[in-house]
Amino acid sequence: MQRIGVFVCHCGSNIAATVDVKKVVELAAKEPGVVHAEDYQYMCSEAGQAKIQEAIREKNLTGVVVCSCSPRMHEATFRKAAERAGLNPYMVEIANIREHCSWIHKDMEEATKKAVILARAAIAKVNLNAPLQPGESRVTKRALIIGGGIAGIQTALDIADAGYEVDIVEKTPSIGGRMSQLDKTFPTLDCSACILTPKMVEAAAHEKINIYTYSEVEHVSGFVGDFTVDIRKKARSVNMDKCTGCGVCQEKCPSKKIPNEFNRGLNNRTAIYTPFAQAIPNVPVIDRENCIKFKTGKCGVCSKVCQAGAIDYDQQDEIVTQKYGAIVVATGFDTIKLDKYDEYAYSQSKDVITSLELERIMNAAGPTKGHLERLSDGKAPKELVFIQCVGSRCSDDRGKPYCSKICCMYTAKHAMLIRDKYPDTNVTVFYIDVRTPGKNFDEFYRRAVEQYGVNYIKGQVGKVIPQPDGSLLVQGSDLIDNKQILKKADMVVLATAIEPNPDVRKIATMLTASIDTNNFLTEAHAKLRPVESPTAGIFLSGVCQGPKDIPETVAQAGAAAVKAIGLLAKDKLTTNPCTAKSDELLCNGCSTCANVCPYGAISYEDKEVNDHGIRETRRVAVVNTALCQGCGACTVACPSGAMDLQGFSNRQIIAEVDAICR
Amino acid sequence: MQELINRAKELLADGTVARVLGWKAGDLPYNPEPAYFETEESLKDFVYNGFCGANLSKYMIEASKLEGKTLVCLKPCDTYSFNQLIKEHRVDREKAYIIGVGCKGKLDIEKIRKQGIKGIESISGAEITDEAETLTIQTIYGEKTCAYKDAMLERCHVCKGKEHKIYDELMGESKETKDADRFAEVEKIEAMSPEEKFAFFQNELSKCIRCNACRNVCPACSCRKCVFDSNKFDSAQKANVDSFEEKMFHIIRAFHVAGRCTDCGECSRVCPQGIPLHLFNRKFIKDIDTFYGEYQAGEDTTSKGPLTNFTFEDVEPSIVAERG
Repeated sequence: MQRIGVFVCHCGSNIAATVDVKKVVELAAKEPGVVHAEDYQYMCSEAGQAKIQEAIREKNLTGVVVCSCSPRMHEATFRKAAERAGLNPYMVEIANIREHCSWIHKDMEEATKKAVILARAAIAKVNLNAPLQPGESRVTKRALIIGGGIAGIQTALDIADAGYEVDIVEKTPSIGGRMSQLDKTFPTLDCSACILTPKMVEAAAHEKINIYTYSEVEHVSGFVGDFTVDIRKKARSVNMDKCTGCGVCQEKCPSKKIPNEFNRGLNNRTAIYTPFAQAIPNVPVIDRENCIKFKTGKCGVCSKVCQAGAIDYDQQDEIVTQKYGAIVVATGFDTIKLDKYDEYAYSQSKDVITSLELERIMNAAGPTKGHLERLSDGKAPKELVFIQCVGSRCSDDRGKPYCSKICCMYTAKHAMLIRDKYPDTNVTVFYIDVRTPGKNFDEFYRRAVEQYGVNYIKGQVGKVIPQPDGSLLVQGSDLIDNKQILKKADMVVLATAIEPNPDVRKIATMLTASIDTNNFLTEAHAKLRPVESPTAGIFLSGVCQGPKDIPETVAQAGAAAVKAIGLLAKDKLTTNPCTAKSDELLCNGCSTCANVCPYGAISYEDKEVNDHGIRETRRVAVVNTALCQGCGACTVACPSGAMDLQGFSNRQIIAEVDAICR
Repeated sequence: MQELINRAKELLADGTVARVLGWKAGDLPYNPEPAYFETEESLKDFVYNGFCGANLSKYMIEASKLEGKTLVCLKPCDTYSFNQLIKEHRVDREKAYIIGVGCKGKLDIEKIRKQGIKGIESISGAEITDEAETLTIQTIYGEKTCAYKDAMLERCHVCKGKEHKIYDELMGESKETKDADRFAEVEKIEAMSPEEKFAFFQNELSKCIRCNACRNVCPACSCRKCVFDSNKFDSAQKANVDSFEEKMFHIIRAFHVAGRCTDCGECSRVCPQGIPLHLFNRKFIKDIDTFYGEYQAGEDTTSKGPLTNFTFEDVEPSIVAERG
């Protein structure tokens, strides 16, 4: 029989105002196994913890129930306190009478009744608790960053500066990400490339950073501190050691009609290409799908003109297998497809463009060399209309329910830059709300309106109608003047919603990191652990976690790096002992548990067992306790009940349910 | 049948198999029972006729532990159970020599009795080689006849098909016997009000005598130690609170075999009380088909069952609330 102490916390008035704590003490004291019960104003305070420790020593308690706030809040606090008094920390259970009771109920009598029931359930569980011993696992002192945009680069630099090896895996031929496509950045209007490229160079030159471009993560196994990752280095068809980056191959390549991804398809590139001039590495790749040599076997011009002899048509994909202690996801975003938004005539008119396309048009290295011009006829637009929230804050399933967060600011930036450079061009912005929280953000927006005369209209656009004369008729509403507007425009720019890079689903599945309904990676705690995934050892950097601008991304990238460094700095990790365990005498060896295990923690071995005198070799499940996260999926799936979760055994849970239903 | 016996003798003689798993005549003309034959001589007792409904797959769990191969006779529908057992690593494919035997639908003595045919002395027309559409039954009250079809087991009216899903060799013809909708009965129950459903199952399950025949015969109920027999779980020793609680056994059993049940119908065939136990399993199968796409357990040995697999197309848990 256990000797259980019950400690009921008032949490100031948080609990005591709704729950009669004295009554909880009185009734809990009568429960089987309970030898001590008391209440205190703040159990988590030093004095409160001392009360628990004193009772453990004086009454030889074997189990403790603390009726207080959520275990997410103070379970660790009370377990540590109990451990210091000589009790196994896993003999402490929390009855959550705050979040689950006092905060959500008003009636004192009812709430007290419920608090007693919750206490009873926890006591019933502790009666079946057994001391557990956490294990240890080692930490590989190397981090993997998936994604080589500003988020990934910043995280890599920070981790590498702390002295740890870092690998960046980037899918495209160069690091740089979305930021490399931007022209100017708000709210300071400094050139994006001017602040990004030094960071790219720094990352490439850093002795602790190793960059795999044109590469993808293929397979991930293992667990926090000890991941094993297969990286596919796609065949570049160019020898990276020999190539000097002279660019002659690109000039001479006869296959020139391939939409240039970097310029959002606004112009063309060759089959052998580097995405942009400042690419790192400055080594081209051959796009085999569009290369004449690969399609027909004839051509080979690049090979002929390459002085360095770097072209290698026979290069094969290569798989690199590497061990990591921490993995940071920095997969970034793309703009949504606009095929569900026919009303904006994006697919009908070349002069309806997205904001990211405008970034390329405004950029001196872009398809128009930085001249603002209509893509249909090359003329300078005199009337420009921006439409905000295209696919953002959308209540139906065409777009996204969330605010893309960056559009208000970059639209203000675009409007301001255009008014500055082309003062005779009128700029109108249709908006739902202008959202400018951020340092110097509202000042920036007001400058666009007040100093640059950008015409902001509160209201949405219903339709953009291409006119026979090549102009566009914008039909919208002005909610402040309460009138319909028909506006002739030469060009329309859509502030298109952003969404997580579609590849993130595949990556999240490999990492067993959870994603939300919008494909953003989920944090371990929305407020208190915003850069960690609920899956241990996986960290989140940049827009893969939620929409954010560059300063926020860089700040979060640094935060993710700190969390990763905190992990890599440890030599050993303590593993959670609340893991699954298979009773080999009950196990059928049927593999059901292994099928449902999201962590790949279950394997099988042929083992000699002695089942009440019958000695035979059986196929039995074995749990790798370092991999097991204690989710319990296996215990539910196991048909014979052989799998059980330590600390949350089926018996304990049934005992809790029985106690509640009593 | 003689062909089958001859082949079995050959395989025993040349050492390919160490024993034969088939059926031998029982004490009545309609109850042949599963049996091992270890010598050519003993095969004289071997029978295979319309009453050999017993699914021999499950016997292969123990037979897999024996020395040498076992020749096992499997009907088309039995092969699904065998595949499922391979998938669950419960039988050893290498230890089995499978003869896929032909099947023209298996007979249910209760259906014959229900037609008022009692005092049965012998039955002809049930031999697997017989092409007869009619059974001729000698009884102490004289000769009676019964259409073969009217005497078939329920499961044969919803036959999964005459194809053997796994075998080493085939012997004998099979016949398509399907003439009813597999889920018609389930749909009838689904249409009932909760009170009617409860009354229906309470009535049916009140007949249960907890003989465990359904569990013991079920190829999916192959646990080394059943939760109902284990002292590790509180289910074995728990005293009943009311007379219906005992019947939870069937509900729990249906959950345990969900997604693994091949719908072989053995549970209903062996129930001495005539409870339509297969309806529970078929309800699960119907739901699985609806929520996760058509799935037949035992169709193959490698695919993941929908309940032990995750895809992005899976229904959300809220479906339960929506359906009520």
